[in-house]
Amino acid sequence: MSDYTFAYLDEQTKRMIRRAILKGVAIPGYQVPFASREMPMPYGWGTGGVQVTAACLVPEDRLKVIDQGADDTTNAVSIRRFFQRTAGVETTEATAEATVIQTRHRIPETPLTEGQILVYQVPIPEPLRFLEPRETETRKMHELEEYGLMHVKLYEDIARHGQIATSYAYPVKVEGRYVMDPSPIPKFDNPKLGHSPAIQLFGAGREQRIYAIPPYTQVVSLDFEDHPFTPSKAPHDCDLCGAGESYLDEVITDDRGGRMFVCSDTDFCASRRAAGHHGALSAPEPEGVA
Amino acid sequence: MTHQPKFLVADQPLFAVEGLTKRYGARIGCADVSFDLFPGEVLGIVGESGSGKSTLLSCLAGHQRPNEGRLSYAGRDVLAMGETERRRLARTDWAFVHQNPRDGLRMGVSAGGNVGERLMAVGARHYGTIRATATDWLGRVEIAADRIDDRPSAFSGGMQQRLQIARNLVTGPRLVFMDEPTGGLDVSVQARLLDLLRNLVRDLGLSAIIVTHDLAVVRLLADRLMVMKDGRVVEQGLTDQVLDDPQHGYTQLLVSSVLQV
Repeated sequence: MSDYTFAYLDEQTKRMIRRAILKGVAIPGYQVPFASREMPMPYGWGTGGVQVTAACLVPEDRLKVIDQGADDTTNAVSIRRFFQRTAGVETTEATAEATVIQTRHRIPETPLTEGQILVYQVPIPEPLRFLEPRETETRKMHELEEYGLMHVKLYEDIARHGQIATSYAYPVKVEGRYVMDPSPIPKFDNPKLGHSPAIQLFGAGREQRIYAIPPYTQVVSLDFEDHPFTPSKAPHDCDLCGAGESYLDEVITDDRGGRMFVCSDTDFCASRRAAGHHGALSAPEPEGVA
Repeated sequence: MTHQPKFLVADQPLFAVEGLTKRYGARIGCADVSFDLFPGEVLGIVGESGSGKSTLLSCLAGHQRPNEGRLSYAGRDVLAMGETERRRLARTDWAFVHQNPRDGLRMGVSAGGNVGERLMAVGARHYGTIRATATDWLGRVEIAADRIDDRPSAFSGGMQQRLQIARNLVTGPRLVFMDEPTGGLDVSVQARLLDLLRNLVRDLGLSAIIVTHDLAVVRLLADRLMVMKDGRVVEQGLTDQVLDDPQHGYTQLLVSSVLQV
């Protein structure tokens, strides 16, 4: 561990990133450029999130890393191990015990609390990117609050699919000013972005942008008056823990159409099962699936 | 030079241009152009390629900043406006019809979305209303309502141009800039488009500035005409007067160059 500076990045770099984070917190939803470093992982694997986490960590922190809600997938495991090695911080899988949570594409089901930091990995921070390819122009649009184009995308959704078909990376307006891409979280999670007691930080490594939602900030999902925003999930209960209000993954179990729905948040599901809840496919034994 | 005495408020020009000059380095794009445009008036600007028509239009529409001169719209100094205000003006009170519809349309967005964009940009947030307005405007420019969800790339050139016009007029602008609106269209489509434009301009009481090299277009649409050569205005006056009794040598040449079929 002593071969590295604490949390891998050198102190000057962390200072630079912290300045970007502070600016981001001061201007909710604004994309702050920062000098993203090469990290020992490929772009698209959370290089932005890792840099933000590295800049936030202190030795007393307890780190949780989730990937699509799960604590045990490759991305989550390797990032967690990375910080175990380079920062020597404690890690945990329990949302409530963590002080810093790095996430890819989910917000934990367990409500966050004051003092927690949620770090998102962001692939493309610019919500207007697929509508307007020119960076100079999108910056100008943010500057002048010209967000009509964002609604054109939603209009196209309704015209083509009869409803707003955007189901993840659903654009939001932060504190009545900046339109922001909440990273590819399902729109089910959008309501949790607003008025959260935790600090939410977004890091995009390849695109070199950091943005933030400070605690208790207003975050509104864009919609039409006659097609209001609706958070959506699979119309099921979790087959393992029976939870009806959590976001579900669909798992194909055989090649004859067998499938089950399980919570995407593994910590939430496991703690519910430990508390004695069970779902349609995990009825008898209390210890359940490992 | 403004010709209006200040106290005649009812006769105030909608758009006043004074001594407008745009230079590209040592070369001039257009020099010392002045005119007043009154509400409901259509001004044609003609001249050969390279005469500075397009430079003038892009300066007028705020796409380029002139080196000298004054522009005022409804009594407000356009060049002194902040960018926010100027862009707001550009998507509410003004409209710009490009020669190539591809420049003015979003090709990846359906016809309805194209027409609705300006509405949404000024704050419309009711899908049903936006769609109804878009359908209405497609009807006005003679595009069948069942094409509303098709992308412009599936449209013919003439339809694209009409769609561009609908997209621009949907917010009820007062001043429309048109850069060769009929360029690249065949004559029968041109004729229909001109007919349509003429009706729209009359019905909505629009003021328009039309840049073209096609004298037939200005004959049909424009009340007044400005003839440009080498970046300067060589002659201006009522359209019929200029075309029927051209005074300047270049205008005479221009008028006599038109093929009579």
